[in-house]
Amino acid sequence: MKPKQNPTADVPIMDAEAIHKALRRIAHEIIEGNPNLESVVLAGIPSRGVEIASRIAAFIREIDKTDIETGVIDVAMHRDDVGTRKELPVVHASKLPVPLEDRTVIIVDDVLYTGRTVRAAMDAINSFGRPARVQLAVLVDRGHRELPIRPDYIGKNLPTATREQIQVRLRAKGISGLRTLAACWFRRSAETNFPLGPRKSAEISNLQ
Amino acid sequence: MTTRWTRKDLLGLRELTADEINFVLETTDAFKQVGTREIKKVPALRGKTLVNFFVEPSTRTRTSFELAAFRLSADVINISATTSSLTKGETLKDTARNLEALQADIIVLRHSSAGAPQFLASRLKASVINAGDGAHEHPTQALLDLYTIRERRGKIAGLHVAIIGDILFSRVARSNIFGLLKLGARVTLVGPSTLVPREFEKLGAEVSHKIDDVLPTADVVNLLRIQHERQRREYFPGLGEYIRLFGLTKQRARLLKPDCLIMHPGPINRGVEIDSEVADGLQSVILDQVTNGLAVRMAVLYLCGGIAT
Repeated sequence: MKPKQNPTADVPIMDAEAIHKALRRIAHEIIEGNPNLESVVLAGIPSRGVEIASRIAAFIREIDKTDIETGVIDVAMHRDDVGTRKELPVVHASKLPVPLEDRTVIIVDDVLYTGRTVRAAMDAINSFGRPARVQLAVLVDRGHRELPIRPDYIGKNLPTATREQIQVRLRAKGISGLRTLAACWFRRSAETNFPLGPRKSAEISNLQ
Repeated sequence: MTTRWTRKDLLGLRELTADEINFVLETTDAFKQVGTREIKKVPALRGKTLVNFFVEPSTRTRTSFELAAFRLSADVINISATTSSLTKGETLKDTARNLEALQADIIVLRHSSAGAPQFLASRLKASVINAGDGAHEHPTQALLDLYTIRERRGKIAGLHVAIIGDILFSRVARSNIFGLLKLGARVTLVGPSTLVPREFEKLGAEVSHKIDDVLPTADVVNLLRIQHERQRREYFPGLGEYIRLFGLTKQRARLLKPDCLIMHPGPINRGVEIDSEVADGLQSVILDQVTNGLAVRMAVLYLCGGIAT
């Protein structure tokens, strides 16, 4: 099935195949960098980070025959912009295995931008315990960090302007009901007149 | 989830839509999880000030709001009827305006007069949360009851909920009736005709004066305390007769379906509206209600107090 095309300004930067390859490579890198793979927890940031984490876990299972744990780390209640937004971020229930001591927690998100979400995720993880290590895996690193944060695993480095948007969309996967990553779009807002949306779009389109 | 919360105040369930109620319950899931963490505290309301303004005495509701605020990193001050200037003749409005002048962001109000929270909410910039006003509404109690039912039964629509006891003087009953009916439950109010008048049928609930007829079909029974403090005259001949006719005794509890939930907003009067063995039995979710109350109040404070003002 071909993903539906959005307005003409959308530039696809990764198709399903490219995302597949990038996540598979990240899975290899995680295996390589973590000899004690059983201690790894992939903690996805809702909602696309959770999907990406489960995709990486599936690759690791396929490559290394190791089942690694996945979790959900909600950042909404740990954000640093409370009281400054007109609309509150929706909170999700977090889920992490405890105890976290002696574990490596890999935070997984779709797009890394300012780094503030990752900082909030690290704070959230600390309220569950004190992991041995915390790492960061992202599908796209678009630059413009506002905090000293650096990803350990990167699907694609993508230099951007702040006025541009990166969108990662999910698609339902056949009858299993699972979602797979359909495509990653690069939206050049400079070329169109649509209003400047959230800096990192939160839209999920279910394309199937 | 398309609904977003846009209210600065929570005054009652009557004005909420089913979507808004469900949104609070879903938000509660996230905050209940916080209570299972090693560090049960998040910075969601850091820098905000909450005033627990309890003009009518309460221990459990005030403590629950206080703990909820602590877990959200808000600063809390408690003002009770005896410590407030209301006893010195200051009006409710002036007291509240003074609290707001101290940059209080959220005022949790318990008051003996129905409508007091609405009165303040329309005059203050601060968020006002109704923690019980007279015999009118007690929205967070109803939300925690709804949450507990949803958690145990997976749904609310289609369930038959019996609310038993002093309905006339109960703000818990009113908020529960609004919430349960909006979410599609069937509600039967049970008690003596003096405490459960037929007027309640106008709200969409059923009314019964025979508890034994209702218990066998109930999925949830919510027992209410006889509020002696609100009754100016006797509404039934005596406690002995009340227990005989409406108390959930051990014998009577055998009429219930095995999966029927037994709820009580507390404080319970053991041996009056409920027997000790029933209150402590396997079907009782009374302590779950207390735990869930904390999470519901965190959700409500986050939703009402977290938006930019």
